[in-house]
Amino acid sequence: MADTTVSASTVEKKRINPQIENFKNVWRKLRQNRLAMAGGFLIIFFCVAAVVGPWLTSNDPNMPNVSDRLQGPSGEYWFGTDHHGRDIFTRLVHGMSITLRIGISSVIVGGTVGVFLGIISGYYGGRIDAVIMRSMDVLLAFPSILLALGIVAVLGGSITNVIIAIAIFSIPVFARIVRGSTLAVRKLEYIDAVRALGASDARIIFLHILPNIVSPIIVQATLFIATAVLSATGLSFLGLGATPPTPEWGAMLADGRNYMWDHPHIALFPGLAIALVVLAFNLFGDGVRDALDPKLKS
Amino acid sequence: MTTTNSIIKVDDLQTSFFTHKGEIKAVDGVHFDVPAGKTLGLVGESGSGKSITSLSIMRLIESPGKIKGGSITFNGEDLLAKSEAEMRDIRGNQISMIFQEPMTSLNPVYTIGDQIAEAYQIHQGKTKKEALQKAVDMLELVGIPSPKARVKAYPHELSGGMRQRAMIAIALACNPQLLVADEPTTALDVTIQAQILRLINRLQDELGMSMLLITHDLGVVAETCDYVAVMYAGKIVEYADVNTLFSNPKHPYTVGLLKSLPRHDIDQEELEVIKGMVPRPDELPEGCRFAPRCPFATDLCRERLPDLEDLGEGNQVRCWIHTDQWNGPEVNVKDDYRSAEST
Repeated sequence: MADTTVSASTVEKKRINPQIENFKNVWRKLRQNRLAMAGGFLIIFFCVAAVVGPWLTSNDPNMPNVSDRLQGPSGEYWFGTDHHGRDIFTRLVHGMSITLRIGISSVIVGGTVGVFLGIISGYYGGRIDAVIMRSMDVLLAFPSILLALGIVAVLGGSITNVIIAIAIFSIPVFARIVRGSTLAVRKLEYIDAVRALGASDARIIFLHILPNIVSPIIVQATLFIATAVLSATGLSFLGLGATPPTPEWGAMLADGRNYMWDHPHIALFPGLAIALVVLAFNLFGDGVRDALDPKLKS
Repeated sequence: MTTTNSIIKVDDLQTSFFTHKGEIKAVDGVHFDVPAGKTLGLVGESGSGKSITSLSIMRLIESPGKIKGGSITFNGEDLLAKSEAEMRDIRGNQISMIFQEPMTSLNPVYTIGDQIAEAYQIHQGKTKKEALQKAVDMLELVGIPSPKARVKAYPHELSGGMRQRAMIAIALACNPQLLVADEPTTALDVTIQAQILRLINRLQDELGMSMLLITHDLGVVAETCDYVAVMYAGKIVEYADVNTLFSNPKHPYTVGLLKSLPRHDIDQEELEVIKGMVPRPDELPEGCRFAPRCPFATDLCRERLPDLEDLGEGNQVRCWIHTDQWNGPEVNVKDDYRSAEST
């Protein structure tokens, strides 16, 4: 029985959930990917800035200051002022939380619905699958920004409605990916085994299939935040998102459009900010995808 | 089939798959019963319908498959008349199943303990803590060393044999009356196979359960079963108790299977094989389904399908040779059998 005690102690030592262990591997691979790490740090920086930034800026983001309008970048106004004399830097910092809130909540809402529909579709198959996936195809057939435009036009322009619009067009993206992964997992023998144990469909779906398909969901969610930010600012740029004087980046970009030749900084800085956030989430999402993909083991 | 005290009785079971090519009869009128406390071996080559039979009993046939007819009576109740919710109560509780592949039959993201505990959570409404305590007892019962530590192990940390023991622990957690074992040892090495079979036999005695053992390995049958049903192309061709089957096989297919076992007591240059393949279920021959591969086949065999004839003493066989209508030469199936090619 000597070998028994030996093996028992090894069990003791390496008792880690394979998912956690997997995430450790993912983290190791992610750390080697410099671009992904840069994206990750930028995301952290943006999140911190969104939370603490508004307390650190001394200027009011929405109060017009006619005497200081259209000033270039200076020591007092780091990124200059806009046509109402508001400090662009302050507005950008205050707009950060709006941007992130739209990006993250629309992905949470759309992702939850999409994951649910996808998993139901993949698990039950047949007619349910056909109905759900064909409706998803209908949604996908619209260009995403056009669909969002339509939804916001119907619901009215507000940040909440922008979130709803983006969530709706993210649903089919998640549903498709989750359906594919569910189809792969549900054919595995351990799903048959728990079914033979008398588990209900809900138990199989949420406790046995869902934990096995989190990787693609995480990747898609990270990447889709970038798309959501871009679409949200796009909607505001077109005047359908945040209402003035909210310091929304897309709206700021639109404001700067009229002064593009003489005062390019008004449009430049919001544009740069949008590009940076989108870039950060894309880099990080790509890195996560590469790290989670077992085929790309280095 | 003579035993009246049977735990499960399968009568004229028909399971078909409805594909674009038309209906494929995977199981076509199967009869058998498993006597209480005994083991019935269901033997046959790949594609003979054994696994579909076991899945039909669990009512786990998925679309496009469908149980078309017949009845499955478990403890006097018709399983085919039960609702899905009633079936869920039976699965894992009164009828359990173990699968062929211990490597893939456990969910990789949960510990062994969690997965055994799940049976108690589903069927006995136990809390996680109580269920985990019971899981330790189950691991001990199936002979996994240091069960307290193993209960927190993940499937990838266990060997194939250990995983199959864990699977058995899950299946037996709720003390089922019938265990359906679908090739439980096929994926294991020979030494582990013997251990697992011994374990299953021991637990069967201790817990007094009946078993339906599905296998293509006659060695396993000899070691574990009390009765044997031989399946060929969706039908039972012979049913006998295990001693009769091995000492006095009646159906040419059974004889062929037995002959194709390697033997140590005689010098064999070459292993006997049954020539040909199991017919595909969508291209079944008319008449006896074994006729194209049978050395004794006559025109009668090729034209008409024989019934399952009762030869007395619980021995049943589906072959014209054992009927009055046999018009070929007098044959002793066991002694005269040569594989179809050599005749």
